Amino acid sequence: MSQSYNRGRIEDFGRWREFSAGMWAWIFHKFTGWVLIGYLFTHIAVLSTALTAANADPSTIAAHNDVYTQTIRALESLLVVRILEVGLLAVAVFHILNGIRLLLVDLGIGLEAQDRSFYASLVLTGVIAVASVPTFLAGVTF
Amino acid sequence: MSTQQPETQEDDESEGELETTSPAQQQRLEKKRQRAAAREQREAEAAERAAADENTVHLKVFRYDPEVEGKQEPRFDDFYVPFHKGMTVLDALMYARDNYDSSLTFRHSCRQAICGSDALFINGSQRLGCQTQVSDLDDPVRVEPLPHQEVVKDLVVDMEHFYDQMEAVEPYFQTDDLPDDELEEQHQTRENREKVKMSTRCIWCGACMSSCNIAAGDNQYLGPAALNKAYRFAMDEREGADMKQRRLEIIEQEHGVWRCQTQFSCTEVCPKDIPLTEHIQALKREAVKSNLKFW
Repeated sequence: MSQSYNRGRIEDFGRWREFSAGMWAWIFHKFTGWVLIGYLFTHIAVLSTALTAANADPSTIAAHNDVYTQTIRALESLLVVRILEVGLLAVAVFHILNGIRLLLVDLGIGLEAQDRSFYASLVLTGVIAVASVPTFLAGVTF
Repeated sequence: MSTQQPETQEDDESEGELETTSPAQQQRLEKKRQRAAAREQREAEAAERAAADENTVHLKVFRYDPEVEGKQEPRFDDFYVPFHKGMTVLDALMYARDNYDSSLTFRHSCRQAICGSDALFINGSQRLGCQTQVSDLDDPVRVEPLPHQEVVKDLVVDMEHFYDQMEAVEPYFQTDDLPDDELEEQHQTRENREKVKMSTRCIWCGACMSSCNIAAGDNQYLGPAALNKAYRFAMDEREGADMKQRRLEIIEQEHGVWRCQTQFSCTEVCPKDIPLTEHIQALKREAVKSNLKFW
């Protein structure tokens, strides 16, 4: 089957145009899953290297001059980080909503509405991401 | 329209042999020439009609023949078939084969969506040629063999692997508690029949297997059709608990029911509208229940 000879355009990735809702849901779920894993490890790496602040002098911490506060402030002052945060929220929200959808599918609930529930989770993700923009982009220096 | 070459060859041969052959042979050749002329006229007329008539279907058909040099490179052939109301893709293909190119190869038998022979990849989706109305499709109609299966010739794919997977789930009724009298009927309750009703509709066309992304990447995966068969018998109450256990052991293996990632591709393409994903999910739950036994 999969080792059949090369059929050129027949088996190529151009097929994405012919995907249906369930397939897109699957691809987005995989993608957001990998993004979240990538974020998790970056998150651990950044914060654990910044945590030398725990040994810092209490007065330095009070004056917000410790490594941890400096790191966070430096990151949060960047516009690209703020935009990435909105993206991260969107990715996480979609993964949660589609995860709930998949749980329902596993329980055999509403299988005939699986495409609509995928569209609903997409729309809800969009709405939440847009609504979060004022919060995430507040006070950023351009 | 790729068979023009052999025909002209025939004509050349017949003319060369003309002087040295017997009267009978000459008669035959004469008839042959007449037939060829008539055919050419028919073809010309058909082409004229197609050109004159706006109402034609543009078919783009995948062609490949490993046995003929020059046809080993897969390509698409264009056919312009006169449209009539109610025309299916299979009708159009048959017209193209009968009138334009007799080497166009595809499988078909009953023409009423029961034999499962003509599952094709039509405009980017697995469908039965005989069940798909041309008027429902965008022009041009692109007809390809089922993806993820080896192409034998043109639109014919090798179904052997699909049949192997179907056989692997023992797709036949078997039971331990036989009735006392050999000829006694084994009745099924109406409720139980309703439960398996949809799953009995499978016509073994292979559309689901071809649409399944997981089956494409994992040859050992049983695939939607086989799992649906397993569902049909595992859920049949007449088979008894022992047989159900045996069936669950088959489907819960590594390449069994757990490979399904609920993409719903199979359910989308199934020409008999079998809720395949629902059945696979039900089998997953059965497998969990039989293994956990909290109750």
